Amino acid sequence: MKIRIKFEKTGVMKFIGHLDIMRYFQKAMRRAEIDIAYSEGFSPHQVMSFAAPLGVGLTSEGEYLDIEVGMCLSSADAINRLNAVMVDGMKVLTFKKLPDDSGNAMSIVAAADYRVMFREGSSLIPDVELEAKLAEFYNRNEIVILKKTKKSEKEVDIKPMVYSLSAKDGVISMQLATGSVNNLKPELLMEAFAAYLGKELGEFAIMVHRVDVYADLGDENNRELVSLGDLGEDIA
Amino acid sequence: MNKLALSDEILLSIEKPARYIGNEVNSVRKDLSEIDVRFAMCFPDVYEIGMSHLGIQILYDMFNRREDVWCERVYSPWVDLDRIMRERNIPLFALESQDPIKEFDFLGITIQYEMCYTNILQILELSQVPIFAKDRSESDPIVIGGGPCTYNPEPLAEFFDLFYIGEGETVYFELLDAYKENKKNGGSRRDFLEKAAHIPGIYVPSFYDVEYDADGMIVKFAPNNANAPEKIKKEIVMDITDTYYPKKPVVPFIKATQDRVVLEIQRGCIRGCRFCQAGMVYRPTRERNLEMLKEYAYDMLKNTGHEEISLSSLSSSDYSQLEKLVSFLIDEFRSKGVNISLPSLRIDAFSLDVMSKVQDVKRSSLTFAPEAGSQRLRDVINKGLTEENILEGAGQAFEGGWNRVKLYFMLGLPTETQEDMEGIAVLSDKIARRYYEIPKEQRNGKVQITASTSFFVPKPFTPFQWSRMNTREEFLGKARIVNAAMKEQLNRKSLKYNWHEADLTVLEGVLARGDRRVGAVIYDAYRRGSLYDSWSEFFDNRKWMAAFEATGVSIDFYNTRERSLDEILPWDFIDTGVTKEFLKQEWQKAVGESVTPNCRMSCSGCGAAIFGGGVCFEN
Ligand code: SF4
Repeated sequence: MKIRIKFEKTGVMKFIGHLDIMRYFQKAMRRAEIDIAYSEGFSPHQVMSFAAPLGVGLTSEGEYLDIEVGMCLSSADAINRLNAVMVDGMKVLTFKKLPDDSGNAMSIVAAADYRVMFREGSSLIPDVELEAKLAEFYNRNEIVILKKTKKSEKEVDIKPMVYSLSAKDGVISMQLATGSVNNLKPELLMEAFAAYLGKELGEFAIMVHRVDVYADLGDENNRELVSLGDLGEDIA
Repeated sequence: MNKLALSDEILLSIEKPARYIGNEVNSVRKDLSEIDVRFAMCFPDVYEIGMSHLGIQILYDMFNRREDVWCERVYSPWVDLDRIMRERNIPLFALESQDPIKEFDFLGITIQYEMCYTNILQILELSQVPIFAKDRSESDPIVIGGGPCTYNPEPLAEFFDLFYIGEGETVYFELLDAYKENKKNGGSRRDFLEKAAHIPGIYVPSFYDVEYDADGMIVKFAPNNANAPEKIKKEIVMDITDTYYPKKPVVPFIKATQDRVVLEIQRGCIRGCRFCQAGMVYRPTRERNLEMLKEYAYDMLKNTGHEEISLSSLSSSDYSQLEKLVSFLIDEFRSKGVNISLPSLRIDAFSLDVMSKVQDVKRSSLTFAPEAGSQRLRDVINKGLTEENILEGAGQAFEGGWNRVKLYFMLGLPTETQEDMEGIAVLSDKIARRYYEIPKEQRNGKVQITASTSFFVPKPFTPFQWSRMNTREEFLGKARIVNAAMKEQLNRKSLKYNWHEADLTVLEGVLARGDRRVGAVIYDAYRRGSLYDSWSEFFDNRKWMAAFEATGVSIDFYNTRERSLDEILPWDFIDTGVTKEFLKQEWQKAVGESVTPNCRMSCSGCGAAIFGGGVCFEN
């Protein structure tokens, strides 16, 4: 049976990188005695797939991983068991059964919501002006950045990858294309905003928090974003 | 959630910030208002190494079982953070509370190898605790050292307030009680040290004076304080079943060197190899009860979620219940995706059978540690592994599909001749020949034999403690002899030869058998920037050579000088149970190429029976 787990990664856990979070969950599954499926072969490993790796330094309340399990536990039971073996900053929020034909978390990711705040003393602009300036920045026809690759530099318009952008009380909210097809990092957009203001975004100026991750159930012309957490069903 | 000692900005600009944030699974947090004693337990190397050490996990668990004690962990900051902490004057902190070490009651440092000595000074300095014990004030933590290197603590004597000689499970609580009592009575640091000196196994270096003669030899080593005993007897747990062992070891977020459950099946070793310090100082051999190990295997895997379990001991094959334990582990856990790792197994029919069950034969290699290239020299070192044993074991393995062999040897052993050195190549070749005796169609490709040599360092409390050590040039010359001999072998294309660094070995020799005067060299080398000396990318021999030069300490005095049997050795004040008389006999037997049976074959009366248990009383 395919299961999707939604979890939160906050506090000091933001310093733990993606690979170590994978290792962390593998061990957590064993501690919680979840009947997880193993791959075949001489050294079997757990069948586990993460939606969208979260960079070091970022927090999130909307992370996802898919697993395969044998024996069926109720969602409430599984959540309790897992949370009993979590550390501070890691919390399992949902544990849902997926339809058998659903794509794995990694392959269906299309967008993510972020909340961005400036670290104390690093604001680009006073909070009262932020809302208006950001709207001005976003309402342009294109947002061009200079993308550096190893060989060359080229100009790219990132606006098509920004699905929404707004600010309130000093907190910036954004929805960005995420995943294997198109992927925009909040830092990059914030750098573009800083450049627009004629400033430079300091190295540690912003704190980024991921709110949720979405799949796109629409077609080429219309996006229909659905939270990854809404794709399964609770197990009674 | 905890506030961290380091800012986000620092943590995001250094390598592996997970080293410094604590919060790991099974780490212990306590309410400070209920704590009387704060203990910082340190392994003076980087986190991934320190976290892999079993001894700390044992003591961490043991201390934290006491409600009035909070034991936390601290490791050496990596060089990137080291620089930042110095620049910004950030005091070193413990992982759990993130509080500065200087606010603790104790800083306990486990000393596992000589090449971590400069890291000890780093820990002290970054903690903002005076490096020299004599400079510490009433408010500084008591700095206590433990672990194998404390069998000769003298090079570090000036940096520590106390040393705990022997196994930690026995008198630590007594020491903590004495500390609490002294604190309650308003006693001073010195009052505490005087009380501590009465506790068996506790050595207070400042309570002893050493006198030297004009040649630099020790003429007197004696207490200068009425509370200090003349001899310190090592502490040892006789019942290792009914004692402390962690059911919930801390699980790091980042991959540690030892990313697995470690089950210590026994302590000590019956073999009596004459170069091996662990084999002498951990006598007598004591086994853990099989049922206890089964229970712990189960609980520790459950509590950590590790996907691997490893047995730990100096020589697993000598554990009397090994077959039962291993079948239990395989039957119970193999189907649950748990890997089983079995280091230090003698290669024989049993171990090959087990290995074929727990590892991928094609990808694994066989390991032998003959240590010396000829039977004559193996007799000198009392290594009871014969050429026949090796060829027989290798032959069986080859027939079972293995085709990779690792061989470990030492160069520079006492009485070694050119023939012994060349014997390394000859033996390697014989193993390859054995492989090619298998009909071609049954072979699994080519054989690959890797021989590695380390250079021999005489260690205190071994029969070779009086032995002359080779110089750097002698060592390298010997490695060249082996290398040339390898090239002359029939199967040279299947043989690979590696040898160790000689500079490091020379230094290790001085630190291992040094006396108090060597402390000045360590301090000076540290001041010149020596740190992480056990890491080849940081070890800088020039700094050390400059330190010897500046302090006027002679390497030859400690390494290449012939010691006479009646000379006072710096570590003579420690009583390990094994008598000096026995070590002398063994030294003489070594030179006479005569072997000593292992403890199970017959007792040789080494003295360790005085502890009243273990292998000495098996029959
Ligand atoms: S007293 Fe005998 S049996 Fe005991 S450790 Fe020594 S040699 Fe071995």
